[in-house]
Amino acid sequence: MTEASNSVTDTRTEARQDRAPARGRTSTRRAGAALAPYLQAAPMALVFLLFFVLPLAATIVVSFWQYTHYSIEPAFTLQNYGDIFSGCIRDLPELCTTFRTYISTLKFGLIVWATTLVTGFTVAYFLAFHVRTLKVQVIFFLLCTVPFWTSIVIRMISWIPLLGRNGLVNQTLMSMGVIDTPLEGLLYSDFAVILAMTHLYTLFMVVPIFNSLMRIDRDLIEAARDAGASGFQTLTVIIIPLGRPGILIGSIFVVTIVMGDFLTIGIMGGQQIASVGKVIQTQMQFLQFPLAAANAVILLAAVLVGVWALLKLVDIRKEL
Amino acid sequence: MADPRPRSYYVLATFFGLFLLFLYGPMVAIFILSFQGPAGGLVFPADGFSTHWFEKLWAGTGQVAIGPALRRSFVLALLVMVLTVTISVLAGLAFRHKFRGSTLLLYVAISSLIVPSIVVSLGIALEFRLIDDAIKALGMAWGIDWIQTEFVSALGPFTSGLGAHLSWTLPFGLLIMFAVFNRFDPAYEEAARDLGASPWQTFRHVTLPIIAPFLIGVAVFGFTLSWDELARSSQVMGSDNTLPMQLAAKTTTVTDPEIYALGSATTAGSVMLIIMMFTLVGVMQRRRRLK
Repeated sequence: MTEASNSVTDTRTEARQDRAPARGRTSTRRAGAALAPYLQAAPMALVFLLFFVLPLAATIVVSFWQYTHYSIEPAFTLQNYGDIFSGCIRDLPELCTTFRTYISTLKFGLIVWATTLVTGFTVAYFLAFHVRTLKVQVIFFLLCTVPFWTSIVIRMISWIPLLGRNGLVNQTLMSMGVIDTPLEGLLYSDFAVILAMTHLYTLFMVVPIFNSLMRIDRDLIEAARDAGASGFQTLTVIIIPLGRPGILIGSIFVVTIVMGDFLTIGIMGGQQIASVGKVIQTQMQFLQFPLAAANAVILLAAVLVGVWALLKLVDIRKEL
Repeated sequence: MADPRPRSYYVLATFFGLFLLFLYGPMVAIFILSFQGPAGGLVFPADGFSTHWFEKLWAGTGQVAIGPALRRSFVLALLVMVLTVTISVLAGLAFRHKFRGSTLLLYVAISSLIVPSIVVSLGIALEFRLIDDAIKALGMAWGIDWIQTEFVSALGPFTSGLGAHLSWTLPFGLLIMFAVFNRFDPAYEEAARDLGASPWQTFRHVTLPIIAPFLIGVAVFGFTLSWDELARSSQVMGSDNTLPMQLAAKTTTVTDPEIYALGSATTAGSVMLIIMMFTLVGVMQRRRRLK
């Protein structure tokens, strides 16, 4: 129906265009109509120019500058990049601090990607294929999203009563006689960071994957079953390939957030675990802006290469 | 009902139940612990029952002094909300037509979503530092007293902070508008135009009422994203702190359940906001159906 009305509009616009040159007012109105999208998009373009494009440009430029204890000076030097990787090649196979930090950050990225993807896909699959009425689907979906609207700091703090040295987990295990002394590594450890990140970011997998799964034509699944496919075959041959856009969007989101993270790693790691984001933050505190900028450029390049590869595979606009 | 549930249903339903427990368990824990008596600590078992910690929080006499940061965050979130809705709707309208640079703008918006927040925060801080230097140099060159004596920095919650938050909320706003206009039937607008409505009248009396429920969604998104924003705020607020920054700084020093009380209070606030949103959307849709 929409297509039909569109084609009607098209012929009508053409008819108007035929008459347009004869009538001055119509042509100014059409000039206005042609200009309208630019005026409407201008505020958004301006915000992104001022608070995204120029800041990134400033970061790249400043990464080549020099700095003293209190000021930054225009220059063109590769010193900052050299400082970051100093000794890294020479000391191989021994890993320098920078390499270790990147590998640690990447490790969190991969582990959290895996945990959120498995959890998120399973939840989305349950919601999309096993919940039968729309009403229950909406309620369950909302239940998943409510925590997203609350403070991430509070959500991190809320692990203290459970994972702390005298927390619920340790109390339970000790009363059951499984352990004699409290486990130390529950809070402020790699485990706590991964748990908290999974807690915070699984929703970013659930939403796009659920969206993709809901678009799968149910007849396809029916057909697969009629043709004798097992449940597992249906999953791997039909559902996962067709749900790929959602999986990709969720993955991009989670991986980029985790790669740049410094808050969760800071708070849940007890400020003891390194990450690239934390390095940048620390260098900012010490006013080593060009050094922080160089680190930011490297982090950005690493993240964008991965994302660009994924974006090649999916057109986000069509998925909404 | 249709065919009986397969076994996988029960496995997945259990998984989903555990997932909800995982999501809500910790929050329930701090909710319970925030109602402890004055002698309560950070872990179970809960010590008595009172609203002591909420009273202390409200009076502002405890370890968590949040008054100014709370007010600042609230005003900032309101401002971000209004700007996000306005700018996103305008851009959403623009994207219904072809215009030069539309693909570029879309990619910039998506990039703003996926570039690590610490990088954006650092970039804005650097940009404003360069602006500060430029302003000070101008003050010297032109002998402007005010700049030489009073001016410290252009960084602040309502300059660089506002921009940093918008760089985070606008991509969400734009994507929601895409979803809205992808499902929008232009026939209503055609009808209005055929009846002689001006473009503004068409927008005001036809387009806007149809998309209004979704705009409430954009508004809530804008508000809460700004209200909870932390990563992008970290370098750009100047000497002022927002509420999440204040909270993050407190995590290592607070030793009593007052911070749980704060957590419970802000969570209750968020949940109320969501309930209000759905009530409002429900009322709007019912009124439309009655018409």
